[in-house]
Amino acid sequence: MITPASMERLAKQCAVVFAMILCVTGTTSTQDGEADRVLTTPRVAATDDFTGNWVAVISEDWRWRMVTPARGDVASIPLTALGLERAHQWDPVEDAAAGEACKSYGAPGLMRAPTRLNITWTDDETLLIETDYGMQTRMLRFGDASDLPAVPSLQGHSIASWESPPPTRGRPPSPTPEGHLVVVTTSLTPGYLRKNGVPYSSDTVLTEYWDVFTAPNDERWLVITSIVHDPENLQVDWVTSLNFKQEPDGSRWNPTPCSTEW
Amino acid sequence: MMRIGGVAFCLLLGLATPTSAQIDLSGTWASRLHEDWMERWPGPDAGDLTGLPINEAAVERARSYSPSLLALPERQCLFYGPSYTQIGPFGFLMWSEADPVDGHVVAWRMSGAVDKTPRAIWMDGRPHPSASALHTYSGFSTGRWEGSTLVVTTTHMKASPLRRNGVPTSDQAVMTEYFARYGDRLTVLSIIDDPVYLEEPYVLSRTYQEDPETVIAIFPSPCTPGVEAPGLAADAVPHYLPGQNPFQDQMRLYGLPPAALEGGASTLYPEFRELIEELYSRPEECGRYCCGWDGGNSGPNGGSETTLACVSREP
Repeated sequence: MITPASMERLAKQCAVVFAMILCVTGTTSTQDGEADRVLTTPRVAATDDFTGNWVAVISEDWRWRMVTPARGDVASIPLTALGLERAHQWDPVEDAAAGEACKSYGAPGLMRAPTRLNITWTDDETLLIETDYGMQTRMLRFGDASDLPAVPSLQGHSIASWESPPPTRGRPPSPTPEGHLVVVTTSLTPGYLRKNGVPYSSDTVLTEYWDVFTAPNDERWLVITSIVHDPENLQVDWVTSLNFKQEPDGSRWNPTPCSTEW
Repeated sequence: MMRIGGVAFCLLLGLATPTSAQIDLSGTWASRLHEDWMERWPGPDAGDLTGLPINEAAVERARSYSPSLLALPERQCLFYGPSYTQIGPFGFLMWSEADPVDGHVVAWRMSGAVDKTPRAIWMDGRPHPSASALHTYSGFSTGRWEGSTLVVTTTHMKASPLRRNGVPTSDQAVMTEYFARYGDRLTVLSIIDDPVYLEEPYVLSRTYQEDPETVIAIFPSPCTPGVEAPGLAADAVPHYLPGQNPFQDQMRLYGLPPAALEGGASTLYPEFRELIEELYSRPEECGRYCCGWDGGNSGPNGGSETTLACVSREP
């Protein structure tokens, strides 16, 4: 039977248990004497574990991703008239001759490619994304964008942050990290959204939301919601979502160089 | 004893917190068709089985399919199943129904469209019916929160197309969906497992945008069958016998080799490219739907959606 006295006892027990949990957590994080730093690093604050080996599963837009489509095949991409005109001018031979074989391997196009990813932490504030397709490297840096040089590059500058749902009245805070990774990439050199020369400009901003979901069969899926903003070549933001399945190891890693044709 | 029970209660309270976490998913979610535009809007090519982890039985079903089947009066008003939310062109309305006493969400509701029925996602812990219970076009869906993601399991779906060119799903299919909101974007990951027609679960994701200008009805409009194919005999069942579908090689227009045309799980992974690299012949110029985006409000739901211009242009 629940009485006011028993409820009071229960409340005290809860307080004790939560205090014990806090003590245990605090003890763990102070063992190396760097409690403040450890508790605040992006690596420790991660809402998901993205590290490991992932493979792109091409179940969407297969004909436009698994093979290089025909020149001018721009289906699904909301190009401006200028973007469409540029797409129709694509010349893979000319790109190769100009030493620009990697133009479709910049971040906005790369993540939609038939690739494997290897993701690691290089330090407490940097996620490293390597691809076997085109052998590219992306660095997702947590921190202030002003810390970075503004030199444009194929993979641009990516600033990452963890985003959690805002606190809601009446809802207790989650005891475990909750949310997703947000990555904003700028300082990109012009490239291709699609292998067949669908263009993006140096003004492009790529915003990505990274999340991991566990399927009923326990497979882990990395889903990246990708928003490409390019006022020069796109009428509206181009929004897609990309699906990667986790693999147990890197045994199928198959590095291949950039190609304009295949 | 009371003390142990109290500690257990406290721990359960703490452990239960993440599962009760939730975010507001209500709104008008517009489809943008930035992926699989052709499949979702004008429709896939006949014989396009690419990107599907289907088995041989599904290939045979697809190749026996004639779109004239849909002209039969008894089939004109049939709905698609819940997976068509992802596969089709339409967005949806989403809203919750709460218990008026304690405020807990009992169900999330999703609107239908011209050819799909509204759905209920039960959040009150009720079990799924027995395997032999009635299967419907909306199926039976239950949901739970994993952090800020709504995870939905749907069973009891009627057999329905997986692609609008005759690729089937069976009534044994189970669909698991993950609804994740990023500001005014909503990404839905769907995992469809069908032991009858799939070699491995079919995984696809779509992203919707909140757009109050988009007009979406909750219920489909009334459908009245009419004469769509006057030349069709009353007892006809349009189909193609094995090996006689004149369109089954249509995808070769795109330079794709036969190995790529039958779908299958192995075709979804990067290493499949090695098998077809020497066999693929890229057409020099685009032959269909090559004239760009019209920039208007001509998407399937109106509003601020855009879609490709001159969709019916052929080479």
